[in-house]
Amino acid sequence: MRRGPTLFRTLVAAAALTVSVGALSPALAQQTKDGLNPTGQNPTAESVNEEFLFKQDPKITGRISIPDHKAANLIQPAGRDYRAFRESWLPWIGALAVLGIIALLGAFYLWRGRIRLEPNADSGKTILRFGGFERFTHWMTSSCFIILSLSGLNYIFGKRLLMPLIGADAFGVISQYAKYSHIYLAWPFMIGVALMLVLWIKDNIPNRIDWQWIKAGGGFLGKGHPHAERFNAGQKMVFWMVVGFGSAMSITGLMMIFPFALTDITGMQVMQVVHSLIGVAFIAGILAHIYIGTLGMEGAYDAMGSGQVDLGWAKDHHDLWVAKEQAKTRNDSRISPHQVPAE
Amino acid sequence: MARMKFLCDADRCIECNACVTACKNEHEVPWGINRRRVVTLNDGKPGERSVSMACMHCTDAPCAAVCPVNCFYTTADAVVLHSKDICIGCGYCFYACPFGAPQYPKVGNFGSRGKMDKCTYCAGGPEPDLSTIEYEKYGSNRLAEGKLPLCAEMCSTKALLAGDGEMIAEIYKQRVIKRGYGSGAWGWKTAYRETVAI
Ligand code: HEM
Ligand code: SF4
Ligand code: SF4
Repeated sequence: MRRGPTLFRTLVAAAALTVSVGALSPALAQQTKDGLNPTGQNPTAESVNEEFLFKQDPKITGRISIPDHKAANLIQPAGRDYRAFRESWLPWIGALAVLGIIALLGAFYLWRGRIRLEPNADSGKTILRFGGFERFTHWMTSSCFIILSLSGLNYIFGKRLLMPLIGADAFGVISQYAKYSHIYLAWPFMIGVALMLVLWIKDNIPNRIDWQWIKAGGGFLGKGHPHAERFNAGQKMVFWMVVGFGSAMSITGLMMIFPFALTDITGMQVMQVVHSLIGVAFIAGILAHIYIGTLGMEGAYDAMGSGQVDLGWAKDHHDLWVAKEQAKTRNDSRISPHQVPAE
Repeated sequence: MARMKFLCDADRCIECNACVTACKNEHEVPWGINRRRVVTLNDGKPGERSVSMACMHCTDAPCAAVCPVNCFYTTADAVVLHSKDICIGCGYCFYACPFGAPQYPKVGNFGSRGKMDKCTYCAGGPEPDLSTIEYEKYGSNRLAEGKLPLCAEMCSTKALLAGDGEMIAEIYKQRVIKRGYGSGAWGWKTAYRETVAI
């Protein structure tokens, strides 16, 4: 139905164009006079062509009669650039980020060794650092993170490292499960990041004490223990990295889980590139966090393990926080001395 | 061996969508998926052209390069095929494909895209030629029967050409010379890094 008037209009326009252009341009007039085309028209003169459309826009898009709006995009050569990023750049960036941080941490360990507990008058007593819900949030988010990282790295490195070892079929099966785990565990991960934000933001607002802490080398580069509240500047950086990167991963990840819901093909490519770049940076950052929370510092792990830390350690590392906790209540419920108090 | 290509002569295509329908029927393509589609450019304006597009079976195919599970392979006829057993439905091939060819059936919540489906150049998949399992997963294998893709075979205006790249380029060239115009081999530069010189 629509073609009739369209075609008619096209023909009228074409005729008009040929006549007017013919009158103006001797070259074109010659071509039509030569009668290459029996109708005396040159439909190409006003037809769309690829070169011209690419000059207007890097993608060629038209109208489509099927209910799939992204199919209206006819050609997008940018797919080749996306491919160049993912295949030529990303594996190197990813390897550099992950192996680079491992090498740095290894070198740091060799140089500084494990930061030991320094026993003092308060050692032996403990103080509650993270309550049950805080620890639950931490472990839920972090266990999801580990699986998200491994399944995420599998998208980049699996076919290069794992596939040659176990064969295409087994690798396909593993990757399918890795994909399910990535997409399903993303949800508890996102909930965890949101909970962390609510639980810990009040203790993570940067202030002047952080600046002093950084200038003093944070206690592991320099000597002695600079003042710190519940979280020192380094821990605050980890917090803001988790919140910032976590949100970025969530937004870009959701865009990929619901592809084309909010953006077009170019947007999807950007989302994927951002997700992969922040993903490898996030993995590197968290590796450093894991190092300092376990191998790097004696006594630190207990905070997320049992939730109770050594009071002597706490006074060294988070003196202002301990003072506040102790001031909160005389009959301090958070501090559990080993000796039963005489009562 | 031939180097199979598609060429859509946009000056002939009348947007009848017969190629789309033929493809869907021949391969029993699932609901919601179109292996071939017709895009109309400058719709309703002077110079309107329609181009029938499916997978172009690119040279050095971007989809194959980005696939995280390397499930693509290229046949001796340069047809780009993939294995649905290995594909995980990640969606990357769609981002890389210049022609929007890969498609994914929706199989569940939370982005569980199903196995990718795309034009096979009527050449089936990795399963044994003309087996039932091949038909169920990839559709019919006309190439194994010595036939060309059905979309091009049944194009009423012979706008859509399929076959050895040099032969269809030659046919198109003759047409352009004879009729005096032609808007070019759409997508060839992007797919094959060459175009039909006339
Ligand atoms: C924070 C931890 C996360 C890490 C380290 C991570 C890492 C990655 C990496 C490295 C890739 C592969 C990129 C590539 O191959 O170029 C990827 C893909 C993907 N990620 Fe994540 N990601 C994380 C969280 C998330 C979240 C929270 C979501 C969803 C909300 C998500 C959804 C996706 C999706 C949809 C893909 C595309 C692949 C597919 O659909 O199978 N990711 N991720
Ligand atoms: S047209 Fe798309 S799906 Fe087909 S070979 Fe090229 S990149 Fe791959
Ligand atoms: S959707 Fe399938 S074929 Fe496409 S890139 Fe992902 S795994 Fe490979």
